[in-house]
Amino acid sequence: MNFEFSAEQELLREQAQSFLADHCPPATVRKILESNEPYDKDLWQGIANLGWMSTVIPENYGGLGLSYYELSVIAEEIGRALAPVPFSSSVYLATEAILQGGTEQQKQKYLPGLATGELVGTLAFGEGAGRPTVNTMKTTFENGKLNGTKFPVADGMDADFAVVVAKSSNDQISVTLTDLADVEKKLVRTIDPSRKHAELTFTDTEAEALGAVSDGWAFTNRLLDRAAVLFAWEQVGGAQAALEQAKAYAMERYAFGRPIAGFQAIKHKLAHAYVKNTLARSNGYYGSWALDGDEAELALAAATCRVSAIQAYYYASKENIQTHGGMGFTWEFDCQFFYRRAKLLSVNIGSERWWQDRLINAYEQSNVAAAA
Amino acid sequence: MDFNDTPQEAAFREEARDWLEQNVPSQEELEGLDEIARCKLWQKRKYDAGWACIRWPKEYGGRGASSIENVIWGQEEAKFPTPAGVFAIGQGMAAPTLMSWATEDQKREHLPPLASGENIWCQLFSEPAGGSDLAAARTKAEKDGDDWVINGQKIWTSGAHYSDYGIIVLRTDPTAQKHKGLTYFFLDMKSPGIEIKPIKQISGGANFNEVYFTDVRVPDAQRLGEVGQGWQVAITTLMNERAAIGGGGGGVGFSRVHRLAQRVMIDDKPAIEDAHVRAQLATWYCQESGLKYTGYRSLTALSRGETPGPENSIGKLVGASKLQDMANFAMDLCELSGIVEGPLAEEYGMYPGAFMGAPGGRIAGGSDEIMLNILAERVLGMPQDIRPDKGIPFNEIPTGSNN
Repeated sequence: MNFEFSAEQELLREQAQSFLADHCPPATVRKILESNEPYDKDLWQGIANLGWMSTVIPENYGGLGLSYYELSVIAEEIGRALAPVPFSSSVYLATEAILQGGTEQQKQKYLPGLATGELVGTLAFGEGAGRPTVNTMKTTFENGKLNGTKFPVADGMDADFAVVVAKSSNDQISVTLTDLADVEKKLVRTIDPSRKHAELTFTDTEAEALGAVSDGWAFTNRLLDRAAVLFAWEQVGGAQAALEQAKAYAMERYAFGRPIAGFQAIKHKLAHAYVKNTLARSNGYYGSWALDGDEAELALAAATCRVSAIQAYYYASKENIQTHGGMGFTWEFDCQFFYRRAKLLSVNIGSERWWQDRLINAYEQSNVAAAA
Repeated sequence: MDFNDTPQEAAFREEARDWLEQNVPSQEELEGLDEIARCKLWQKRKYDAGWACIRWPKEYGGRGASSIENVIWGQEEAKFPTPAGVFAIGQGMAAPTLMSWATEDQKREHLPPLASGENIWCQLFSEPAGGSDLAAARTKAEKDGDDWVINGQKIWTSGAHYSDYGIIVLRTDPTAQKHKGLTYFFLDMKSPGIEIKPIKQISGGANFNEVYFTDVRVPDAQRLGEVGQGWQVAITTLMNERAAIGGGGGGVGFSRVHRLAQRVMIDDKPAIEDAHVRAQLATWYCQESGLKYTGYRSLTALSRGETPGPENSIGKLVGASKLQDMANFAMDLCELSGIVEGPLAEEYGMYPGAFMGAPGGRIAGGSDEIMLNILAERVLGMPQDIRPDKGIPFNEIPTGSNN
């Protein structure tokens, strides 16, 4: 049995933690939250210098050619630090889409820039309220042109290009690539302005199909499965940080003559958070294993770690505020960052309910069910 | 990451599996024997071949195996329907305590018959006045020559009625502070003056007993640790109570309730198509999966020769509530017939059975509340509860009408 990160991967974590502690303190999150800046460009450059965007990109496209275990470790630390950068959009979604579905030419065009962070990509998928399906998809892709509106699109204001999921005339789903320079963009106010979102309107916008994709809907779902594992690690990192913040405050805050950390109401609340975080983390290992080996169980593993992480982060972030009492509800305190980010990440690539539904589907289609 | 054994582990697993395949008792062999006789037959067979209590040193009846080998053996043995259970307390809790605290002669006398299944041991800790608050034990022992004389009552003692020996914590100085007036012994359960009464549980079973002591004599030589050191010795026992790495499986769990949801209908459609049913089942799947992979992480630590972290202590806490909630949910899926027990019920009443048994799981071996306190204090490093009984002589601590 070898079900832990390796010593090298743990070393990478230490480096990531120490870099982010220096370059992404809560003040950095607050700065982006309270401004119209799309993301922290200095931080993005620093991360680029460390090569994080290039982690799983093969060396012949300018990447490091490392495994998804390394990327999982980085994702957890990005999540812990609440880093206000387009890492999830550009790395887990856009880079993955091209790695998995791009032609050789498309890989050569996009991957080197994504690897250095000079190019930022995103996924344009949702079109407002409700779960996107083949039937509800309104944005069209015909004769090399996109028409329609996508919102909310994470990092849509400042990304260079987007992977756009759209419907073609034969009622098939196409996955396309388009430059965003000339696309109409509107800033969308969201619950977490430390991660900016946009409404993108395509009007006869030139686009090309992601070349190696045959079934666009199946490809999109597979892409979401892959991304879900990495989103889950960001959520696990955030949930852990929220628990640590709650504990630190409870140890310092006195009421009724002793630290509130000594009261069972607080102890048991935080012990429950520890339990949820531990389950989510262990499921994250399962997800990383399935992602790295592109295992048949990937859909099941992805849904499992995603649901687990959503539940853990929601609980830890809301009970962190609760543990802080009135101060936790103030703008001045940082508890809000976790609460906002937990909810943002929980719907960014589909809600808890949606992933619970996917989990049951994946279970029924897997060998796991047959063996049970 | 991978789920594979190292070459040595794989070789050990194969050796264990080969032996099991050739030696697990057949149905014919077990026929006509009661549960205890079945357990003893299997335990003796393992002992004679060197497969009993394999982590123990050879001189005490074990095999001198490593922790990871012990887990592998457990995994392989669990694949067969072998009789088990009656030795769990003796081998899992009494034995480690003896190894830490007994004399060499006592170890050589008592550990091999524990390993061979010749002797069954029970644990006499809880009392009517002390469950979660174990150190509140009142049953007293008074020195009389080379013996101690025991008077009082223990409760929740699993298997007391068929045990040969028991481990017991007794109040030897009621004027000392609570934790300092306790002393730990082991005693012969057939000693004169011991009276055992079964307790009928809400589930209908009677695994537990009340054990009454009237002038029961135990030799001072059977004391473990110093007089007044009983709490420290008891901690050794309790650490082992929760140390087992759980595998789960069987019973009321995700796969079974999922199949039930495929079979029963909601509004003319299989229940599994209902969004609420799917969401709820998915959450339990995540819990089971999380526990499974948490176990794998602990195994990895063992495999690397490290000590597993505290993660594993969440198993009982999560598992017991999940069982209760899943039984409750499965009974609802059966709608009007959910309450039916016995042969007319879905799966012979497994769900109501689990529903009635589950409250015990949330209390035994450390209640949910005690487990949460342990996680908060030992894992998260939060302060202990305020203890009004601290620093006061035991006989001056206030008590209520319910104890």
